[in-house]
Order: sequence, then structure tokens, then C-alpha cells
Amino acid sequence: MAIANDATPRILTQRSLRSLGATRVGESLIYVALAGCALFTVLITLSIIGLLIGQTLQFFSMPETDVWEFVTGTKWNPLLGETKHFGIWPLICGTMWVTVIAMAIALPLGLVSAIYLAEYAPAWLRNILKPSLELLAGIPTVVYGFFALVVITPFLRDGLGIQLDYYNALSAGIAVGILCLPTIASLSEDALRAVPGRLREAAYGLGGTKFDVSMKVVVPAALSGIISAFLLAVARAIGETMIVALAAGNMARLTADPRQQIQTMTGHMTQMATGDISNFGVEYFSIYSVALVLFLITFLLSILGNIIRMRFQEAYD
Amino acid sequence: MSAQFTSETIRHPESKEQKSLQPFITLSDFNAWYGDFQALHNLNLEIPGQRVTAFIGPSGCGKSTLLKWINRMNDVVPTARASGGLRLPDVDILSRSTDVVSLRRRIGIVFQKPNPFPKSIYDNVAFGPRLHFAGMNKNDLDELVEWALKKAALWNEVKDRLNQSALGLSGGQQQRLCIARAIAVGPEILLMDEPCSALDPASTARVEDLIAELRGQYTIVIVTHNMHQAARCSDRTAFFFEGKIIEEGSTEQLFIRPAKQQTEDYVSGKFG
Repeated sequence: MAIANDATPRILTQRSLRSLGATRVGESLIYVALAGCALFTVLITLSIIGLLIGQTLQFFSMPETDVWEFVTGTKWNPLLGETKHFGIWPLICGTMWVTVIAMAIALPLGLVSAIYLAEYAPAWLRNILKPSLELLAGIPTVVYGFFALVVITPFLRDGLGIQLDYYNALSAGIAVGILCLPTIASLSEDALRAVPGRLREAAYGLGGTKFDVSMKVVVPAALSGIISAFLLAVARAIGETMIVALAAGNMARLTADPRQQIQTMTGHMTQMATGDISNFGVEYFSIYSVALVLFLITFLLSILGNIIRMRFQEAYD
Repeated sequence: MSAQFTSETIRHPESKEQKSLQPFITLSDFNAWYGDFQALHNLNLEIPGQRVTAFIGPSGCGKSTLLKWINRMNDVVPTARASGGLRLPDVDILSRSTDVVSLRRRIGIVFQKPNPFPKSIYDNVAFGPRLHFAGMNKNDLDELVEWALKKAALWNEVKDRLNQSALGLSGGQQQRLCIARAIAVGPEILLMDEPCSALDPASTARVEDLIAELRGQYTIVIVTHNMHQAARCSDRTAFFFEGKIIEEGSTEQLFIRPAKQQTEDYVSGKFG
């Protein structure tokens, strides 16, 4: 112990230390509480997956269904017709159309906005534009759905003269694209701004123009972040429900024409869950089979996202 | 007489030849500001061609600011402005009509911290040539990359892994890669902003050897905190203090027979 003199504060000369026993009990309680919380999220996820799998098995145990038909079938009519068909592809086709159209809108616009905001816009303009862009993400999706019905579809039909169904994949896809735009723009902008300034300096020092520096150095260096943003937006588009339930229609079909009415996986689930159907019928259990497929697709996307992050991410110190 | 520095320390002593050197970069009454703060005051300096000139002085004395004006890197700093003369023999560097892209092709820069692009070693060196040169085929580019890496004394260490990421190199190798990258566009001037301050002593020695190799072909301006480095590498030295050039002259004269007391105090380690 150090030698105390008069100036040493009392608390150091007459030390009463916290009881070690109590500290240890407290520590282990905190450990249990933290581990419990972490475990709880995992348990919820696992129980949802368990529910999906269990109900899907029940679906396939019914006489009207067949796993092979589900995986390869090109007809989906759970409600009407002499024989019901449960082939998943028309729903996947509908989801794919909406997602592809949405990304065709959101990726180029989002990326260009992000590059402008991160590299070209002066600070004061960025401080106005970025929050405005993020505001788009705060609009309820039901508003986007109506926007697709009452603005986008009439504009495409009367303004551009495109022949299309009242409900169609194109308008819904465009609305989902606008919804995903801020996700891509905002996350890509973060990724671009995280690129260290000294890489820009290096490129300017070699005689690069602003455009050279942005496109040949900053964008490639931020690629992993941009791809992550893109995959997140894809997952959002695939899972988007309200817009497609309102604007895409409810006729599942395998079609190459996005001007037609379609149905997405999420659209089907909403229709079944809100419609007047038996809780024990095959159409009810079809919800779970479709949900399982949806889950598998987004799960694979997030694994892909992680692989890409690990493959392309550069560590800057 | 300064206690630390003897004529053995000085690698490039003053000679008759040095006195006849033509100025390549000329400053006349050069001033520079950041906003209201005047960073440089009335500088007059002639930097000779194909020789190494060192800027020394304590932190914040304006030596890096001057370096960044020479290839207009300060253009991206919104509050930075400058007045007076800053010229190459054929170009007024500060003129609005001067094209910074062609200026920077002639005046390469190497930064304090190695900053290779997160690309392959090859693509780092090829970056500048791809920006500037038209009509290159694969062989031309291969030849140029090899030449620049050899010039930067890095070729033997990387020739078998040109397609691997430059970020896998050590700090010293990265800095030599940055020098190779700057050389690959064929500059006449190389600016070096404390190029060794992030490197260990062995890597520093290699970069200093490289500077000695490049001397005679390039006009090199090096900013350094390390007075021994200035004494070892440079032909001429300018001592900066609080935005002014206190003394400039041959490295031998400045370190061994400084004319000003302040210079002597600084080079002998009394302050700074």
C-alpha cells in the first residue's frame, strides 16, 4: 500500500471495497439476462420457421396437393375451377416481375442520386436532399399502392398510351421501385462517403477528373456496400405486400407481359388471409407453403449478401 | 556550427554544378490563405530542376500547404486561395486557364500515408496511364507497369503477384507502389509530403534510397519533419517557420553553416 500523508483523500486511506460476492452475483445475473435476450430472438425466428415447416407439411398431406406439382407446376388456382392446382411458378413469376421492374427503377436512380449526394452536391444541399429522400421511406406503403392505382396506371395508359390492365405488374413494380429508391440511395451514399478521402486525393493527384475519381475509384471501393444496399432493396421488394395487393391484381399466371394482371407470393397470402375461406381448407394451408418459399428466397439472398460482403469488402485502417 | 551535422551527413554536397542549375519551379511574392488565416507570407524561392529540394520546419509552418499548391491539390479546399507568382518555365500554375488535369500529369504527388487503391498491384500502377494515354495495347501497358515498378525498386518483390490486392503489401511496399503509380504517368516533378512518416526505419531507408535513384531524372520536392532525412536526401533545403521562409540554400550550407540563428536552433534540435 502506498504511504498515506495528510493530503491523501479519506476514501483512499479508509477504503471500504465493494463486496466481491455481490459483484459476482450481479455479473452472472447480467450475463444470464443478456444471453436470454439474445436467445429469445433466435427462439422466435426458429419457432416461425418451425411453424412454416409444420403447416407446410400439413398442406402437402392433403389429397389435392402434390410436392412435385408444387415445385414444377405452372398453374395456381386454389379457389376456382374443377380441379385445384398448386404450382408455385405463377406466383414466383409475379414476384419476379415486380422485383425486376422495381430494381430497374431503383438501382440506376438510387445509385446516381447517391453518387451526386456523396461526390458532387455541396454540403448544404446534401443536408437538405438526403433527409428529403429518406422521407420517401417513411410514407406508408398503402399510399404507394393507391399512388400506383390512381397516378401511375392512368399516366402509363393515358399519358404514354401503353395498353395495360387496370391491375398490372408494371405500375406496382414502379411503385415498389420508388419505395426502394431511398434504401439504395441512402445506404449507397453512406458506403461512398465511407471511402477514405486519401483515395480521392490519390486519384486527383494522378490527374483524374471528378468523374474519373467518382466512377473509377470511389464507386469500386464502395462496391460491397452498394451491393449490400441493392440486396436489401431486393429483399424489400420481394417481401413488399400492400402495394402489390392493391395494384398488381390477384390473378396468378406465368406471363412474359408485365402489362397484365398478376399475383405475387405476398399478394396471394394477403388474399387468402383476408378472404372468406375456411381455416382448415387446402387454400388456407397454401399460405404457409408460399411463405416457406418466400422465406427460402430471402434467406438465400441474405446468405449471398454475406458472401459478397466477405469477398469484396476492403479493410481500411 | 551545428553539432549534429557534419559534411559526412550530407549526401549531395554543394558543388560548382549546383550553382549553375536552372530554376524549374519559381515562386515570387507567393501568399496563401485558408479563409482569413494567412498560411504563407511573401515566399520567394527557386526550385532547381532534376534535383531534390527539402522543405523543413515545425508542424503548421505551411510547408505542406505550399506543396499542395504546386499541383493545385488545394483546389478541392473551398476556403483555400493564393496570390503571387507560382510558375513552371512554361506554365503559370495559379492561372485559372491552367488545366489541372494536365498539370497533375506533369506534377505527381506522394502522400504522407500510403494510399494505394483497393485494386490489384497492376491496376494501381496502370490507373494513371489508363486515364491519360490513348491507343495503348496490353503490351504497352505491361511494359509501362514493369518499368515503373522497377524504377520504384518494387518489381522483384511483386512480379509474381501483380494481380493480388495492393492492400496486402506492407506499409513500405505500399509507399513504393504509390511512387511507382505516380511515376507511371511520366511526370517531370514529384512532390512528396512526408513520405516516410508512417513507415518503419527499414522501409524509410529503402524509400530514401529510391529518392536518391530518382534524383537527376525528376525534380523532387520533399516535405519532411525529419532533419536527418532532409540532410541525407536533398540538394537544397528551405526552412519554413510560421508561414515564412526563414532561410533557403544548399543543404550543406543550411545544415552546417546556417546564416540565421533560428535555422541553427531548429536544425540543432533546440525547438520544433
